[in-house]
Amino acid sequence: MIQFKQATKRYGPTLALDNITITLPENKIIGLFGPNGAGKSTLLKAAAGLVRLSSGNVTVAGKAPRQMRAHLAYLPEQNTLPFAWTIKRAAEFYRAFFADWDEDRYQKQLVMLNLREDMKFGHISKGQLAKARLLLTLARQAHCLLLDEPFSGIDIIARGEITRALVYDYSEGQQTMIISTHEIDEIENLVEHVVFIDSGRAAVFGDADELRCQEGKSIVTIMKEAFRHGSEQVEHV
Amino acid sequence: MDFDATRPIYLQIIDLHKRALMTGELKPRDKILSQRDFAQRYNVNPNTVQRAYREMEALGLVETLRGQGTFIAATEEMLDTMKQDMARSILDSFVQEMKILGFSLQQALELAQEAWQEEESRL
Repeated sequence: MIQFKQATKRYGPTLALDNITITLPENKIIGLFGPNGAGKSTLLKAAAGLVRLSSGNVTVAGKAPRQMRAHLAYLPEQNTLPFAWTIKRAAEFYRAFFADWDEDRYQKQLVMLNLREDMKFGHISKGQLAKARLLLTLARQAHCLLLDEPFSGIDIIARGEITRALVYDYSEGQQTMIISTHEIDEIENLVEHVVFIDSGRAAVFGDADELRCQEGKSIVTIMKEAFRHGSEQVEHV
Repeated sequence: MDFDATRPIYLQIIDLHKRALMTGELKPRDKILSQRDFAQRYNVNPNTVQRAYREMEALGLVETLRGQGTFIAATEEMLDTMKQDMARSILDSFVQEMKILGFSLQQALELAQEAWQEEESRL
């Protein structure tokens, strides 16, 4: 369970998180939606213990995120791996660094994602790079996965491959996965819990099925409406 | 298959199996996809599949044998009851809609007969 209590984060004059109080349930796949600049990345970084909040707090399983690092796998939106590295070299790095590295998982996903170990980050396509970075994140048996825009800027085929990889590796009932994305369509069938944030505040959140029943609409539609309403309307389940 | 995104997916998974039983696509004692295979085949959250399978077990529709897989456990009797239930709910909504439109039972029956014959002549 990840709990944000009156979490506020300022970057200079910009308010990235505005006094947000929200609980993200454990062992579920959670969709984090919202327009650009809504605060999605900041929320994930705060959960990963990578930014210090200006005020308020965030806890992961009741502890400070920094103490939970070994159990958290965070996929940043931008690539942080050296372009000169091959997938093999990066895997060696991860293997040495993370105690929860799962070699079997890594080998299987490598095949599923249509990647080769000799591929160099600087020489592959955007889609392949996205898949390679996801591969490294998923190869860890982390209890909590924080994925920031794993579908961003890649074609429909690679998006499908990524969705399949996410389903393939998910340990049901034992893993929390938070996916921030604009591609709500892509993960409509995947998310059990959704959070829509806008201007650093949670505008809509709740159980995906409850929201569907209540509104008689798909999550895509509900999120689109929230997008249109902006932050004027605050509702929750 | 595509799921209807406006209804809970676990209910649709259960319906999918019920329908397959009604049409004979699935028969008692048939082995069905494992939860993991189902999730991958249809790109659905494995937790949702788990919930659907659990519910189907509770309904007596399937049973999971350790190390062997999940099998259709429904008996012919249960299938009959399910068919009756489904027919009943189709009829309920038919009656309701026809009443709203102002048809009498006699008129509704005539129309139903007509539609039935048309459908048969098309086959």
